[in-house]
Amino acid sequence: MRSSQITRSFVSLFRTLLRQPQSALGTILVLFFFALALFGAQLAPYPNPNDQSHDVRLSPTLDLARLQLGEHPFGTDRLGRDVYSRVILGANSIFRIAGLGTLISVILGSALGLFMGYHGGWVDEILGRIIDALLAIPALLLALVLVGIIRNLDFEAGSWQAGLADNVVLLVISVLYIPIVARVARSTTLDIKTREFVAAAEIRGESQAYIIFREILPSVIPSLVVEASLRFSYAIFLVASLGFLGFGARPPSPDWGLMVNENRGGFYQLTPWALEFPAVAIALLVIAVNLMSDGIRRAVQKGS
Amino acid sequence: MLRFLRRRFLFFFFTYLISSLTIFFLLRVLPGDPARVIAGGREATEEQVSEIREKLGLNASLPEQYLTWVSDFLRGDWGETIAFRGADNRDLILERTRNSARLAAVALLLSVPTSLALGVIAGLSENKLPDVIISLLTLSVVSLPEFVTGLFLVNIVALRWGRSALAESLGWWFPASSAVPATASFSEMLPALWLPAFAATLVMLAYISRLTRAGVIEELKRDYVRTAALKGIAWRAVIWRHVLRNALLPTITVIAISISWMISGLVVIEFVFGFPGLGSLLIAAIERRDLLLVQAIVMVTVTIILFSNLFADMAYALLNPRVSLE
Repeated sequence: MRSSQITRSFVSLFRTLLRQPQSALGTILVLFFFALALFGAQLAPYPNPNDQSHDVRLSPTLDLARLQLGEHPFGTDRLGRDVYSRVILGANSIFRIAGLGTLISVILGSALGLFMGYHGGWVDEILGRIIDALLAIPALLLALVLVGIIRNLDFEAGSWQAGLADNVVLLVISVLYIPIVARVARSTTLDIKTREFVAAAEIRGESQAYIIFREILPSVIPSLVVEASLRFSYAIFLVASLGFLGFGARPPSPDWGLMVNENRGGFYQLTPWALEFPAVAIALLVIAVNLMSDGIRRAVQKGS
Repeated sequence: MLRFLRRRFLFFFFTYLISSLTIFFLLRVLPGDPARVIAGGREATEEQVSEIREKLGLNASLPEQYLTWVSDFLRGDWGETIAFRGADNRDLILERTRNSARLAAVALLLSVPTSLALGVIAGLSENKLPDVIISLLTLSVVSLPEFVTGLFLVNIVALRWGRSALAESLGWWFPASSAVPATASFSEMLPALWLPAFAATLVMLAYISRLTRAGVIEELKRDYVRTAALKGIAWRAVIWRHVLRNALLPTITVIAISISWMISGLVVIEFVFGFPGLGSLLIAAIERRDLLLVQAIVMVTVTIILFSNLFADMAYALLNPRVSLE
């Protein structure tokens, strides 16, 4: 498959997504949040998420009946920060971490899975059993333990380990999802491996790398796309949950999960909007990504 | 059957080995000094660090350390906590596991019948209105993060609705906080269990009902269903006696798998509600850098998951003899 063909099939996938009302709604919402993530700094009235006004705990000025945003559409939190700007700016980190984490795990996981599936034999047997065993530990537990450990380690400022510790959630997502993606890539490869064109390439005497990447990979891509969209939705979920539990972004970052955590309990009585708007943002994004990935799964299954 | 069981047991032990190695090496191989982490990071003095290193046996070789740790764990010696002064890790974990199990039991009691019913209704009316409504519900509302639904239950249902006329007239409402004493008995705890259990139910609902739906749809397409229908057996009888019996068989496995799913959910839910379970203990242990307690909690969790999977496999093989022949 040429790159132009791949582009074309992505365009047709996109069209299929927009045809069904459920997946169209999901896709449009995801694109909306993605735009917020890209242009948040330009869209937010207060580009610095930690700007404080003297008027703390202002109620939302959003007026849906008259379509007016007002000075503080989502109100201000107990420190006088504009919740609207913080919600807009928070889209960036969740997309960056979940998106990059998914990308890394899909690339490395599918490389591993393709290798295991094509190579077969004892390598596949051992790696496969290890992957099965690793998946017995619930993902959130492993994530919490990894974040907890890496964060508490002593690193010299500026060293590469300190760099890793700053991106610990991204790292954890990539590591957690590699085995899961590998398992999917492996089982698809096992199926493709028996096709005639692979045997033909073997007879031609092509190298293992050529057969894996040029012959098998293009046929594995549909199931990888489905898996990637599924991983992305779980990654969004995980980033939000870790942020909420206090294991993700640190204050005063405008991370949605963290904002929900900071404004619950007694603060909820004072500034309910400071919890409700980020919580609604998370809920909308999770639902949208789920609707979209469900649509991708249907479209790919129908296509094959 | 014997071969099947032998393979399952082999897999059980292998998985146990790999996951215990993972948990162990996470703490020992990562760059940095675990003893220093436990002692409190940079501020700790050299003496404190070496004292802890001595206590944990960190001076021995890695394989030796692993073997000591595993045999201690299996013998029930899980060490003393640092975070919760004076307590024995095992007493603490067993008490919290019991509390989490109570919460999980109430959640399963609520979620399994409901999600089976929803899944069967959706499967029997494939692509018709009830199915569309149920799948929209399970896909969107129910796939929300646990902390969003949890906070909704606390702030809206318990606190706001709790002050409404309806709650007043009932004379009883759900408590907003589930921070009950960890030693409370089940009946004392029960009022505090309903809301977190409901939040956990939502986590499971989507999962079990979607798989049940798929099972029912697949079973309806089988030849024997058509034969039975053509033979003139009442459709109701075909559904109840044949389709459901076969379609619900894999659900045993599904419920066992969803226990692992639920444990992740319970961590967040217990945190939201302040419930003294294993999940909130894990978060406290990680925050207070009590690595031995963390290790023990994860090992206990893995043990629970592996045993529930093993039992599910065995139950499934007993009920469906074909499986054990494969």
